Amino acid sequence: MIREPLIFELSAKGKRAYAMPALDVPEAKGALDGLAVRDGIEGFPEASEVEIVRHFTRLSQQNYCVDEGFYPLGSCTMKYNPKINEKIAALPGFAGVHPYAPADTVQGCLEVLKRTEDYLCEITGFEAFTLQPSAGAQGELTGIMLIRAALAKRGNPRKVVLIPDSAHGTNPSSAHLSGYAVQEIKSNPDGGIDLEELARCMNEDVAALMVTNPNTLGVFESNIRRAAEIVHAKGGFLYMDGANMNALTGIARPGDMGADVLHVNLHKTFSTPHGGGGPGSGPVGVVKEMVPFLPTPYVVRTANGYGLDDDRPDSIGRVRGFYGNFLVVVKALTYILALGPEGVREIAEIAVLNANYIRKSLEGIYNLPYDAPSLHEVVFDDKIQKDAYGVTNLDIAKRLIDYGFHPPTMSFPLIVHGALMIEPTETESKRDLDGFIETMKTIAEEAKADAGLLKAAPHHSFVRRLDETAAARNPVLKWEKPKSE
Amino acid sequence: MSYIALSDDDKREMLARVGVRTPADLFHCIPEGVRLRRLLNLPPAMAEPELDRHMSGIAAKNTYGDYLSFLGAGVYDHFIPSIVDSLSSRTEFVTPYTPYQPEVAQGTLQAIFEYQTLICQLTGLDVSNASLYDGAHAAAEAVLMIHRLTGRNRILVARSLHPQYRETIRTYTRNVGLVIEEVGYGTCGGLKSAELREKMGDDVAGILVQSPNFFGVVEDLKACAETAHARKGLLAAVAAEALSLGLLEAPGKMGADIVCGEAQSFGLPPAFGGPFLGFMACAKAHLRQLPGRVAGQTKDVDGKRGFVLTLSTREQHIRREKATSNICSNQAWCALRATMFLETLGREGLREMALQNVHKAKYAATVLSKIPGVKLRFSGPFFNEFVLDLPKDAAAAAAALKAKGILGGLPLGGFEPDAAKALLVAVTEVRTKASIDRLAAALEEVLR
Amino acid sequence: MYPQNFYFTKDHEWVAVDGDTATIGISDFAQKQLGDVVFVEQPEIGKVLAVHQTIGSIESVKAVSEVFAPVSGEVTAINAELGTAPEAVNQDPHGKGWIIRLKMANQADLGALMKAADYEKYLEGLTH
Repeated sequence: MIREPLIFELSAKGKRAYAMPALDVPEAKGALDGLAVRDGIEGFPEASEVEIVRHFTRLSQQNYCVDEGFYPLGSCTMKYNPKINEKIAALPGFAGVHPYAPADTVQGCLEVLKRTEDYLCEITGFEAFTLQPSAGAQGELTGIMLIRAALAKRGNPRKVVLIPDSAHGTNPSSAHLSGYAVQEIKSNPDGGIDLEELARCMNEDVAALMVTNPNTLGVFESNIRRAAEIVHAKGGFLYMDGANMNALTGIARPGDMGADVLHVNLHKTFSTPHGGGGPGSGPVGVVKEMVPFLPTPYVVRTANGYGLDDDRPDSIGRVRGFYGNFLVVVKALTYILALGPEGVREIAEIAVLNANYIRKSLEGIYNLPYDAPSLHEVVFDDKIQKDAYGVTNLDIAKRLIDYGFHPPTMSFPLIVHGALMIEPTETESKRDLDGFIETMKTIAEEAKADAGLLKAAPHHSFVRRLDETAAARNPVLKWEKPKSE
Repeated sequence: MSYIALSDDDKREMLARVGVRTPADLFHCIPEGVRLRRLLNLPPAMAEPELDRHMSGIAAKNTYGDYLSFLGAGVYDHFIPSIVDSLSSRTEFVTPYTPYQPEVAQGTLQAIFEYQTLICQLTGLDVSNASLYDGAHAAAEAVLMIHRLTGRNRILVARSLHPQYRETIRTYTRNVGLVIEEVGYGTCGGLKSAELREKMGDDVAGILVQSPNFFGVVEDLKACAETAHARKGLLAAVAAEALSLGLLEAPGKMGADIVCGEAQSFGLPPAFGGPFLGFMACAKAHLRQLPGRVAGQTKDVDGKRGFVLTLSTREQHIRREKATSNICSNQAWCALRATMFLETLGREGLREMALQNVHKAKYAATVLSKIPGVKLRFSGPFFNEFVLDLPKDAAAAAAALKAKGILGGLPLGGFEPDAAKALLVAVTEVRTKASIDRLAAALEEVLR
Repeated sequence: MYPQNFYFTKDHEWVAVDGDTATIGISDFAQKQLGDVVFVEQPEIGKVLAVHQTIGSIESVKAVSEVFAPVSGEVTAINAELGTAPEAVNQDPHGKGWIIRLKMANQADLGALMKAADYEKYLEGLTH
């Protein structure tokens, strides 16, 4: 297969894909006086419209995506992204609105924000939400800063945040950026919170415990209530990472579990597409005590509709510009309204059914390092294949590509060596689930018969295994004009 | 509407294989005390035609579109070529995750590589990341980065930096022991260079300055760089109007060590403030402290060129609390649109668009400041935005203009202490001469 | 396989002593654990290090490992070759893959370290 060249390699002097209308104001003399004006931009591309269209069309064809097939990337919730969401978010009435426009001209936008907040409160059991955080990690940062502000208001912001060893890397990173030392707590033999360890670590220096529930093994933390009590008894807060909220919608609410702060990912649970890495949206829900500290501005109901409240003296301030990734919020609201209460509950029911169906079908063929009941995802590892044939999770993942599937999440959580974390989501058909299951069985057979086949996989992709070591040793991070020219 | 793909028979068969009777049985692992034993209180499900009507109705409550708008202040109305919408909405770009499996994500990865190249060309620096959340976030990350690079805790931030960027910087730095000091602006609207030199000490990590700044005035980045470097500090230049990079000298060529900002102007609609596109580039020597994802070029086992995410040891999933930033998901799709926008405009188109902004803004400033009592607040050179001093309260004047169907700009009373009569006006290439003349006539009338 | 005249730490650094000069690197075991080394972060010459202070870090594609000073002293040299060829840490960990040299402040620091035979025993304990 021929690789699509870089646009810079296609570029030729004088080609254009765009024409400006003629300038309709008089060209003022000296308009550029006092400005340091650059010469033409060195190496900047020049191409025709058709070349650019083909360039990106061909590039798009080198991507695997949810609309093409099964994408069981664990902890990422790669569900189908409804098309109506895109259509609504593109309406000029939403996309064309300037964020500094007077409040009475943007009532629709404010309604979107307030109603989404209301529905997220109902789904998760919290008092209020901020929709400002741009993604999950920024939600975590916002949440921990809210905890810090609330503790400071009580008199002492404290020093430490406790984080289980199974957590996403963003948890410790966000806690650190909020000024806290991170103390890792070991999981119990089932991969869950170790209550004794928690009780031992919990003291008056600890600001919060950060817990993902269901945890990164896809297992519900059945001791969550007890954990909350231990943390609360010493005056700390329970932060819940809602990355895995897809297992709980309409079934159980973090607010009822004793959590004080929660972030959810609209680009996971609420179906907004990932766009190849973003934009996401990471709204943060809080209990009553935390409401005064929410970022500014905060959308409020007024006598005439909706307004923006900037006068919140205890607020942590803003964490980004304006009101968040607004169009992502529009898509999430559209999704919630499409589903209704039964549909929202069905998300969790079917996501969990699909995950357990895969688990039951592959158990014994692949090793299950923790056998606690799975919710929305199941974590296998490569122990059976590695011990017998030297085949690793990487080999299995790359071979899946040959069969037309996106690989599961690998090497996470860190407490599982050789992890294969499979999250099917609720939107997969049985035909696709069965296809994946059969393929995983075939790959297990191949590992036995011809490990080399797996080690060399993928065989049928646009590129084969890439040299990541060379990429990191000698970083080439941009195109440069060949020296010979 | 439901997006479930299982038939009733499928469900039965699957439940049987799992060994439970109903889906509810799958949740036995959740203690009874935390189970929700009622339906959520949400509006009933809507079918697509109802949903379309309902959401379109909410959109219609926004009357912003009925006005002729001269709002800018970090968010600009620029033309977006049709091919940007058409190509970026391809599902192969919209529905994949972050390219963790490079063999099936070469499209996204090559586009990021092209994006990084374009940002380097525009900023005049060596390396770019794959995107940050927005301009305000990029500015906050730049402050943290110059702190890490120098080990110093004081940072000088221009008062003329966008107020939301300053607020975000405060939020991000409050808990990690950094001291942020503001440097004022003079009658030209640019940074007071004497004050800057005075405040720049050996304990200062660096300077953050926006150009064109919040008032539209283009700053003397060269002088700022010299001041910072004289004390072994760093200069981070912020561009909230990225289109200016198409015409003005690259900040990297004027001595900036980091260039970051907001690239909404490159193919993203105003969208009530997001999603936008934070960008950041730096000198090669500072690469290890650059936050965010980076794509790099390499070869596959057959020697064929390919792209991967690289240098990830800087990031949270490996270095955890010692990472350069906590960012994970970024604004990849927005960066893709920017890439398409920039490649479509190309070398000549980008310059022309930028030039038309200067000429139209200049024309508007000229006709508006001819109105009796109206003058330009600052004497410094500007790109596509400027501040008018009106003879009366700017908020009142803006309200009167609004009654005539015009949003004439952003009144600065709420932003700066002595700016009750100041109005920030943005004029991009999409505003016609007729619309500028209409603004001038209307303003003259409301001030009469 | 581990040089008899080297000293080792539990964190898998090695020290080779010549007079008051200590050359420091990471052990063969450590480089195997890390995988292909892509970057070595080194301190500035002249930096004074206490025992167990961070010297720098070693990165592979998907891991980072900090390197700690096994003995105290002032950095007198860094292995500049690692800047362009970090793979030396994999290829020759006990030789060309050295990381820094220190002028030792206190010979007694060596007393807390393991000799090769003890280190090999220690490794056996880790892998079983």
